[in-house]
Amino acid sequence: MKINRHASVLGAVLAAGALVLSACGSDNNTAGGSTSGAGAPAPTGTAQVDCGGKKALTAEGSTAQKGAMEAFIAAYGQKCQGYQLAYNPTGSGNGVKNFTGGQVDFGGSDSALKKDKGEVDAAAKRCKGNPAWNLPLVFGPVAIVYNNKDAQELTLTGELAAKIFSGAITDWSDPAIAAANGGKALPAKKITVVFRADESGTTDNFQKYLSAAGKGAWTKDAGKKFNGGVGQGAQGSAGVADAVAAGDGAIAYAEWSYAQDKNLAMAKIDSGSGPVELNAQTAGVAIQSAKVKGTGNDLELDLKSLYSSNTPGAYPLVLATYEIVCSKGYDADTAKAVKAFLTVAATDAQGQLQEAGYVPLPNQFQSKLLTAIQAIS
Amino acid sequence: MSDRSSLRRPATTATSGGPRGGGVTDDEQFAEAPIPSPPSQSAAKHGRLGDRVFAGFATGAGVFMVVLIAAIGIFLLIQAIPPLADNKASFLFSRTWNADPADLNFGVLDLLLVTVFSSVFALVIAMPVSLGIALFLTQYAPRRAARPLAYLVDLLAAVPSIIYGLWGLEVLAPALSGFSVWLNENLGWIPIFADGNVSAQIGQTIFVAGIVLAVMLLPIITAVSREVFDRTPTPHLEGAIALGATKWEVIRTTVLPFGRPGYISASMLGLGRALGETIALLIILSTTTQFFGWSLFDGGDTIASKIARASAEFNDPKAAGAYVAAGLVLFALTFVVNAAARAIVAGHKEYE
Amino acid sequence: MTTATTDLDRPATPPAFQEISPGRKFRNRLATVLVTGAFLVAMVPLVWVIWTVLAKGLHRVLNADWWQKSFGGLTSRNPGGGVYHAIYGTLLQGLLCAVIAVPIAIMVAVYLVEYGRRSRLAKAVTFTVDILSGVPSIVAALFLYALWVTTLGLPRSAFAVSLALVLLMIPVVVRTTEELLKIVPDELREASYALGIPKWKTIVKIVLPTAMSGIITGVMLALARVMGETAPVLVLVGYNQFINYDPFQGNMASLPLLMNSERLTTNAIGEARVWGAAVTLVLIITVFNLLGSLLSRLTAIKTK
Repeated sequence: MKINRHASVLGAVLAAGALVLSACGSDNNTAGGSTSGAGAPAPTGTAQVDCGGKKALTAEGSTAQKGAMEAFIAAYGQKCQGYQLAYNPTGSGNGVKNFTGGQVDFGGSDSALKKDKGEVDAAAKRCKGNPAWNLPLVFGPVAIVYNNKDAQELTLTGELAAKIFSGAITDWSDPAIAAANGGKALPAKKITVVFRADESGTTDNFQKYLSAAGKGAWTKDAGKKFNGGVGQGAQGSAGVADAVAAGDGAIAYAEWSYAQDKNLAMAKIDSGSGPVELNAQTAGVAIQSAKVKGTGNDLELDLKSLYSSNTPGAYPLVLATYEIVCSKGYDADTAKAVKAFLTVAATDAQGQLQEAGYVPLPNQFQSKLLTAIQAIS
Repeated sequence: MSDRSSLRRPATTATSGGPRGGGVTDDEQFAEAPIPSPPSQSAAKHGRLGDRVFAGFATGAGVFMVVLIAAIGIFLLIQAIPPLADNKASFLFSRTWNADPADLNFGVLDLLLVTVFSSVFALVIAMPVSLGIALFLTQYAPRRAARPLAYLVDLLAAVPSIIYGLWGLEVLAPALSGFSVWLNENLGWIPIFADGNVSAQIGQTIFVAGIVLAVMLLPIITAVSREVFDRTPTPHLEGAIALGATKWEVIRTTVLPFGRPGYISASMLGLGRALGETIALLIILSTTTQFFGWSLFDGGDTIASKIARASAEFNDPKAAGAYVAAGLVLFALTFVVNAAARAIVAGHKEYE
Repeated sequence: MTTATTDLDRPATPPAFQEISPGRKFRNRLATVLVTGAFLVAMVPLVWVIWTVLAKGLHRVLNADWWQKSFGGLTSRNPGGGVYHAIYGTLLQGLLCAVIAVPIAIMVAVYLVEYGRRSRLAKAVTFTVDILSGVPSIVAALFLYALWVTTLGLPRSAFAVSLALVLLMIPVVVRTTEELLKIVPDELREASYALGIPKWKTIVKIVLPTAMSGIITGVMLALARVMGETAPVLVLVGYNQFINYDPFQGNMASLPLLMNSERLTTNAIGEARVWGAAVTLVLIITVFNLLGSLLSRLTAIKTK
C-alpha cells in the first residue's frame, strides 16, 4: 500500500507539473502592448507596403539596433497583420556569420561587410552569386555621459575625448578641459573612465570616432574591445550607465537611450564650429552630411567623413548600423517579405524610433534607402 | 532496554513490509515466501537472474560515475591543449588575457589571484560569523527555538546567487559607498585598502563582492559546524560544568576543541564554493584594463566570471579552448581545497 | 573516611564557592553578546535581500498576465507581458534534469551501500562523487559545451542545460540517498532474506521504500538548488522572449536567464521585470523546499 502511496503522491506531483507545463501560456501581448503606446506616434511618411510572402522572417545580429528592431517588428506586425520577424540580438559577428551561412534572412551589423575578411565573397555566395547590400537603416547617437557635481555643462572636443579615454588626462581640473569650457577650471577630482566590458559595436564606433576626430591624440586601435587602457569596465550599456550614475567623477560613452533613461548629463561636442548638444536634429544633420562609400544601392557609409566632419550644428558621434541583405537571390516569398519589412521599417516605424533612443532617417537618406529596398528581388 | 526496542521495531516493519510487497504482486509473492522447497528453487533462480541484472545496473551506475569524471577531465584537456600549444604567453605566469584565436596570448595568473583573493577575503569575514552562529544555535539558543532559527540561516542558502549578485550591485554597493571611500581615505596606507584600479565609490570592487560572497558562505559553514558542535560528547560538557566553568569556559574547553577540525573542514568547503561562484561576481565586479594590485578596491575578473563573461566568444573552438584551460585550473583548485576539507576530518572517527 | 565526614560536617569553606572572578564573568558575558550578535548579523542580509526582492518585484507579479504570458512582441519600453516562458523553461529544465539524474544517483547509492562495500570500485566511486560535488557549475557548463557543441556539433539547447544540471544534481542525491540507505536497519534486510526474497527485490521493495521519504526530500532540495543556477543557462542556451516548448531546439528562457538579460535594460520596466522574475524564482524555490518536507511527511513509513 505504501508503495502505492508513493506512486500516487509522485503521480500527483507529476500531474501538477504537467498541468503547469502544458500549453496554457501565451505569446500574445497585443492587448497590453499596443494600447500602452498612448496616442500612436505620427509615422513619418506612410508608404504603400506590399504585404505578403514568408510569414515568419528571421534576422540576427547587432545588439545596438535591438531597440529599433523591436519598434520595426511591432510596426510590421501592425501594418501586415499576421506577419512577424524574430530578431536575435547576438552581436554583429554572429549576425554576419549566420547571414552568410544562410541561417537567417538578413543580418544586422554595426559594420559593413569586410572584403579582406572574405565576408563580401561569402555573402555573394549565399545570395547565389549576387552582391549583398549594406543598408544603413538604424542610426543611434552615442552620448558621452558624465557625472560631476561641479559641472552642469561640459563641452568636449574630439581631441579632448581621445585624451580622457586613453588616460592622458586624468583629472577634471586639467587646463585642457577648462580651455574647452570657456576657461573656467573645474575643481580637482579624479576622472573615472567607464567602458563596455563586453565586445560591442558601440565601442568600435566610439574608438573609430576618437581616431578620426582626435587629431592624433588617439593612438590605440579601434575594435570591439575597449583599448584605451584606463578605467573600469561594465557589462552592457546599462551597466555603464549605472556605474556613471553611481560615481561622482565618472565619464563614459553609451547609446543615447541609456543616457536618457538614467537622466545622465551628456557632454556637448565641439568639432570646430562651436559646441553642439545631442538631439535628434543635430544627429540628423550629421547623418545628412555623411558620404556614401558603397556603389549603386550598396549604401556603405564613409564613417571617417562622418566622424571628422565639422559641419555646423552636427553631432558627429553617431553609430550607424546596417541591415545586410541580398540584392538578388532570395526566393520570391522571402524577397517579398523582406521588402515589406524593410519598407515598413524605413517609413511607418520611424516615428517610434526617437522614443527608443534612435534618430529617424533624414528625408534624403530615406529616399535613397527606399530606392535600394525596392530594387531587391 | 534500547536494544530490545530496536529489535522490535524492525520486526514490526518487516511484517508490515510483507503484505506491502504482496499488495503489488500478490500471487508470486505468496508462492515464494512461505513454501520452502521446490517452488522456491525456481524462484531463487529467477531471483538470481534479477539479482544479477540489478547488481549489474548498480555497478554500472558506479562505473558510469568514474567514467564520467574521467571523461570530464579528458574532454577539458583535449579542448585546452591546442590553444595552449599556440599560446604565446606563459599560461600560468602571464597576467594578460587575450583569447583572440588569431593571436592567442593568455595567462591565468591575474584571474587566479583575483579568484583566491576575493574568496579568502570572503572566508575571513564568514568564518568568525559562522562560528558565532553555530555556537549560538547549538549552545545558546533555547532548545525549542534552535530549529526554526537554524532554518532561517539555511534560508540564506536557498536564495539563488543571481539575486545576491543583483542585490550586491544595486543595493549593497551604493550602501557601502561612503564606508568604502572612508576606508580608502583613512586606512589607505594598509595595502589592501589602497587605491584600487576601479572606483571605490561606484563599488564594483572585490570589497563588495567579497562581502556578498561571505553572506553566501554563512549557511554552508554554519550547517556543517553546527552538526559537529552538536556532537560534543555530553560527558565532556558535564565534566566542565561540574568543575564550575562558566558557559564560555565550557565551550572553550570542550566544544571548540572537539569541533575544531569539523569547523575548519566546513570552512574549506565554503572556500571551494566561493572559488567557483560565477554569476554574483560576474554582476558585481567591474572589469579593468590594469592588473590586480592586492587592493580590496580593485576590480577584475575571477576565473569563473571571466569564463561566463566570454560565453559569447565560444563559437571559435580555439578561443573556447583557452577558457577551458582556465576552467581546468579552477577545477584543480576547487579539487585541492575540497580534498583538503575531507582530509581534515578523515582521521576523526568521532564525527561519524 | 573519617576526614571526609569531618569535612562534610564543617560548613562550606569560602574557597569552594568562590565568586566567579569579574574577569571570567566579563569574558562569559562578552562571549554571549558576540555569539548572539553573530546570529543577528547573519539575519541582516537575509532580511535585507528578501525585503529588496519583495519591495522591487512584488507589485509586478500580482497580475494574472505575469503568470500566463511571455514578453513576446514587447519592446523593452512596453509594460505588460509575463514570464510564463521563463517559468516553463525553469521547470522543464529542472524536471528533465531530475528524470535523468535521480535514477542514476539512486543506483549509485545502492551500489555503494548494498553492493560495493569497501571494494576498490566503491572507493573510486565515492571519490568521484566527492569530486563531482565540488565541481563549480561553470566548469560543468563548460564541459557540456565542449561535449555537446564543440565535439558533437549540436546546437545550444535547453536539453544541454539539463545535462549540465545533472552533473550538479547527481552528487547531492547520491550523498543523501547513501546516508539514508545506511541507516535502514540491517534487521529489515535480514528479515527479508529470511523469507527467501532475493536481494534485488529486498532493495527495491523494502530498503528503498523505507528510505524513500528522505530521498524525495533530498531530490526536492537538490531541484530547488539547481533551478536557481545561472552559469549553465548562460553558457548553454540563448534567451528567448517567446515561449519555446521544445527543449531540443532553439533558445529557451528560464528565470535566471531572463533576469540576466533584462538587467541590461536600464528603465523602470526592465527593472520591474528583473525583480519580478526574482520574486517568481524565490517563490518557486520555496515551493519546492516546502514540497520536499511535505512529501516526506506524506510518504513517511509509519514505524509504529
